[in-house]
Amino acid sequence: MDVRLKIIKRAVLEIEDGMNVNLGIGMPTLVANEIPSEYNVMLQSENGLLGIGPYPIDDEVDADLINAGKETVTAVSGASYFDSAESFAMIRGGHIDLAILGGMEVAENGDLANWMIPGKMVKGMGGAMDLVNGAKRVVVVMEHVNKHGESKVKKYCTLPLTGQRVVHRLITELAVFDFTNDGMQLIELQDGVTIKEVQEKTEASFIVSPQLLSNQN
Amino acid sequence: MATGKVIYSFDDVFSQIQDGATLIVGGFGLCGIPEKAILALREKGVKDLTIVSNNCGVDDWGLGLLLANHQIKKMISSYVGENKIFEKQFLSGELEVELVPQGTLAERIRAGGAGIPGFYTATGVGTPIAEGKEHKDFDGKTFILEKGIVGDLAFIKGWKADPHGNIIYRNTARNFNPLAAMAGKVTIAEVEEMVGVGELDPNHIHTPGIYVQHVFEGTAYEKRIERRTVATV
Repeated sequence: MDVRLKIIKRAVLEIEDGMNVNLGIGMPTLVANEIPSEYNVMLQSENGLLGIGPYPIDDEVDADLINAGKETVTAVSGASYFDSAESFAMIRGGHIDLAILGGMEVAENGDLANWMIPGKMVKGMGGAMDLVNGAKRVVVVMEHVNKHGESKVKKYCTLPLTGQRVVHRLITELAVFDFTNDGMQLIELQDGVTIKEVQEKTEASFIVSPQLLSNQN
Repeated sequence: MATGKVIYSFDDVFSQIQDGATLIVGGFGLCGIPEKAILALREKGVKDLTIVSNNCGVDDWGLGLLLANHQIKKMISSYVGENKIFEKQFLSGELEVELVPQGTLAERIRAGGAGIPGFYTATGVGTPIAEGKEHKDFDGKTFILEKGIVGDLAFIKGWKADPHGNIIYRNTARNFNPLAAMAGKVTIAEVEEMVGVGELDPNHIHTPGIYVQHVFEGTAYEKRIERRTVATV
């Protein structure tokens, strides 16, 4: 299975029936396609829509109806529109149950970096800093290593932070980690992956959850 | 008198704009931008503008037109990635940029319009955004102080208005527009359709006319789409 699809298929399990969810731009947006159709889930778009629907067919395209990635979308039945301050009141006020966001680096203490690379053109953080501090639960989805094979799961983030100790769960194509008061914990392995392989490809130190250990034996 | 708010050309009010002014401009991407006012600002040619807007248009549309015409000195935005001219002027030092998290930007504009000089937020704590800002703990959690923004003028785009300046927006074209309306010392609205007094249901008005000093009915809106995305059948 494609690496990204593997991550997306695992990420969708984070979504429960009845949740209000914000999906970040890029890979997280694709999670929407995998939400079980019987679920009543409202997807929030920080430009002012609760209840994002599928992409429009050609003659439904409406310049006044876009998502936070500036793509044309539709609204589901029962959706609502609001202004940007209200949208971030939802986010900042803890009314969004879950945010699924992409990452460049995640550190073992739950720090997240996903908005700028020094020396490259800085485009801006958009709503990411608000989301990581406001959503009730923050799940990061990203590939485990970069294109040079270096771990993106770090002891410390080397890139400027988006938020400090904000990640609750990290999902990669190799494994799932939780960030707890006891530190970073490996809680699941993707199919065919061993603890040893995760250790080799992870710069961060982590503990293996007792349950995962016992399942391995 | 309320009907005195209706203008038929931006020339009628542009004497109020000086070089170096701070303008708050509604819109998200190219959605809900005051496209007629931006074209008129380009014609007028005012320079050294500080513009508060979530984005800065694209190279050939929206606020990108004012960039290309070298009218902008500083942008206060949350995301500016869609624009090559922007990158060129930023890297050469011609253009100054203050990046603000989107929710903080929205709240700073709302606060400015509501007479609130500042507020505390967790957004940005521990990041480059927090540098130099006052930190304060509430119930064991750290927050930073962010200041309200007020503009010399605000430019907004609505769907329908009446001559009192009451405005209704359409779908996600609302975005920053109601906030910008509040935060302009002078707010200039443009809309797709002007209706008579009493024709808008008072229950449905998004921006009460008290925030709007001038209202203009535009025609033939382009409403360009940045990323036309359609369902694959």
